[in-house]
Amino acid sequence: MAGVTPLDAQAVEILHQRLKREADSSGYYLNPDHEFARELVRGLLVNEHRYGYWACPCRLAAGDRARDLDIICPCDYRDADIGEFGACYCALYVSQEVANGRKQATAVPERRPALPSGTKAEKTVASKPWGALPLPVWRCKVCGYLCGRERPPDVCPICKAKKERFERFI
Amino acid sequence: MKASGHVTGEEKGRIMLFALSTCVWCRKTRALLDQLGVAYEYVYVDVLAGAERDRVLAEMARWNPQESFPTLVIDDERAILGFKEGEIREALG
Repeated sequence: MAGVTPLDAQAVEILHQRLKREADSSGYYLNPDHEFARELVRGLLVNEHRYGYWACPCRLAAGDRARDLDIICPCDYRDADIGEFGACYCALYVSQEVANGRKQATAVPERRPALPSGTKAEKTVASKPWGALPLPVWRCKVCGYLCGRERPPDVCPICKAKKERFERFI
Repeated sequence: MKASGHVTGEEKGRIMLFALSTCVWCRKTRALLDQLGVAYEYVYVDVLAGAERDRVLAEMARWNPQESFPTLVIDDERAILGFKEGEIREALG
């Protein structure tokens, strides 16, 4: 990447360690192939430099944050792909089985809808399915964390996704 | 990062790889093509901009409307989507 981005091995190493620490403390697993994971982390840093956010290194970003929101790492599709295929789309995150070497991570088919979710009309909230709640319930679109409070948290306490990744659930 | 290029090798037909410069699966695909020693063209769509990117994406969409990477087009006849090592080896090995 010489001449394109001022990325050195140390920056990649630092971010890799940070993501690993955060994954370990919240029930996620980084790809155990460190060289593979580091290449993806390098891709995240390249995209941060290009777009200002961590667009998935294995997807073509539009370069517009609102349109790319669902593919900012960790993407909205990570948990479903780990559950079904043992790895997220790029395979930075893997299942426990893959992390422990009992299964091999393979390429994952794209589950992102053709129209990015950011451009679709907001889903309508079911009208009070369980009667009047004292507070709205917010859902983290990245990890499914739910919380009942006036507004979503600034950062998801589970997966560290930012406030903008929350949707009104109930 | 060079946006596109030609790799010389054994002629096994017209082989075109649509890839992203940041994608590890695209890198694995290139490494496999290099290992197989075939001649191929590649283009890193994320490095392109404007009309050039639109033109390449339109060409790629003929084979892969979902625009996922890597997309490997062989002889303008068929495409292998994703790093499918077995399929690529079978087609070009």
